[in-house]
Amino acid sequence: MKKYTYTEKQDTRSGFGDGMTELGRSNPKVVTLCADLVGSLKTATFIKENPSRFFQTGIAEANMMGIAAGLTIGGYIPYPTTFANFGSGRVYDQIRQSIAYSNKNVKIAVSHAGLTLGEDGATHQILEDIAMMRAMPNMTVINPCDYNQTKAATIALADHVGPAYLRFGRPKVPIFTDPNQKFEIGKAWTVNEGKDVSIFATGHLVWEAIQAGEILAEKGIDAEIINIHTIKPLDTAAILKSVRKTKCVVTCEEHQANGGLGDAVAQTLAQNFLAPQEYVAVNNSFGESGTPEQLMAKYGLSAEAIVEKTLKVIGRKN
Amino acid sequence: MQIKELEDIASQVRRDIVRMVHGCASGHPGGSLGCTDLLVALYFQQMKISNRKGKGGYLSFKMDGLNEDLFFLSNGHISPVFYSVLSRRGYFDPAELATFRKIDSRLQGHPTTHEGLPGIRVASGSLGQGMSVAIGAALSKKLNNDDKNVFVLMGDGEQQEGQVWEAAQFAPHHKVDNLIAIIDLNHQQIDGSTDEVMNNRDLKAKYKAFGWRVMEIANGNDMEEVVKGLRKAKRISGKGQPIMIIMHTEMGAGVDFMMGSHKWHGIAPNDEQLAAALAQLPETIGDY
Repeated sequence: MKKYTYTEKQDTRSGFGDGMTELGRSNPKVVTLCADLVGSLKTATFIKENPSRFFQTGIAEANMMGIAAGLTIGGYIPYPTTFANFGSGRVYDQIRQSIAYSNKNVKIAVSHAGLTLGEDGATHQILEDIAMMRAMPNMTVINPCDYNQTKAATIALADHVGPAYLRFGRPKVPIFTDPNQKFEIGKAWTVNEGKDVSIFATGHLVWEAIQAGEILAEKGIDAEIINIHTIKPLDTAAILKSVRKTKCVVTCEEHQANGGLGDAVAQTLAQNFLAPQEYVAVNNSFGESGTPEQLMAKYGLSAEAIVEKTLKVIGRKN
Repeated sequence: MQIKELEDIASQVRRDIVRMVHGCASGHPGGSLGCTDLLVALYFQQMKISNRKGKGGYLSFKMDGLNEDLFFLSNGHISPVFYSVLSRRGYFDPAELATFRKIDSRLQGHPTTHEGLPGIRVASGSLGQGMSVAIGAALSKKLNNDDKNVFVLMGDGEQQEGQVWEAAQFAPHHKVDNLIAIIDLNHQQIDGSTDEVMNNRDLKAKYKAFGWRVMEIANGNDMEEVVKGLRKAKRISGKGQPIMIIMHTEMGAGVDFMMGSHKWHGIAPNDEQLAAALAQLPETIGDY
């Protein structure tokens, strides 16, 4: 098992904010909007340096999505920002008609995705957004795993043409990816090569998968761990190559099992190469208040849960 | 262009509308007929649009519309009038109007950029979204130091959508004064009169209270009044406030039996009704 260490923890939303700061300096076409959550989205520096390229919409997310679509018409690259819950389900139809169907170059950037926003509870813990967004034609869906990767993804999206949904989170998590990485949309990153099981993880679950890989290594299990930061378009070539080798799969996501990364992988396998699969995901339930650690443990999204599902799926191999 | 010439074009557009909805036995003639005079006045006289021609001699359409006035149709169901005016203005061959709502057509039931039809800048149909998009386009004009205006048309029934009021708050707050919004006040919607279905009450007072400069066009089916109203709107734009035009129209205007109720909001005439409608609408430029 390849060794991953970290010296610092940082929230992925700060990766977004710092990516925006860089874009503010390097790309005069980048603009951002926010529905009364500037502090949470970490865009204060971008706004300070480029006040004319920021639009405060107030608590009015539907209008924000429409304005973002309109800004593209004059050649701008808008990043509308809010919490993931209010930037997906609340405004699904606005995104669908004004952005996705109209194929506008809007980069929806949303924080506080999943359970790890913690104490605010289920009203804010969106666990269905990947499913909604990947169902939408034209939409690119990205869920990076740490500060560095979120920053790199934020910057890379400005050069990508078309609608995108960039999902990140609230808590401080280990920084373990290369600060100088080149973020390639749609290209999975092999965290560790292995032969016994394919662990496909996205977002905060990538670090958990690495922890699980170390525990599994002690048990003599050689896990292949792949970071699927882009859920759509899915890197099916990397997925199939890995599963053809390992013959079994565990998918890990801070999201419902219904419609998320796991289902995207299952769809690929069903059509190309059958293999047993286990899901590390929330099982058809809403979240609740608690600390991020408590919630990840209670809802089965921890390294321990990944180990357990891995042992199970290896047992299902014939 | 003289008023009479605009009226002649409007008569042809009205013929197009009833023939298009008859041709596919579906679509929305009522609101289309009511807004014909506005769209003709905008596209043939009041909006500054590029006359540069491209492939096939049609007007070349650029999505960014730099240094052009832009028009957004928020109440996308009145697509027949939009398509007819765009083709008659020269964006594409009027013969294509015959494909309206049919399989493999660029003229979808509701306008879309998806099929690449020149003149369309965003999809609309799901109501309440157009003014937000128009505000975004207006902001991009300001960022580009482009002094042209952005027009957006909404229905009066559409005022029942919450997003409209989110946009209504934003535009005055951010001084989007290159935005000229128009409400087609025909007092009808699918289920009945707006007074019965969901009373809009005093739209003028509402927009005023939100910080808009509000004006009216007392008869949106009188070309001279429409032209006068649009001239005034342009004159008072650029002064720190967005402009709202409350335009009084008659749903179905130009075809007597389609006027005076919500009945013709979303149904097509049969052969006999088509003939009766066409008899009231002189063919001026030539049918497609």
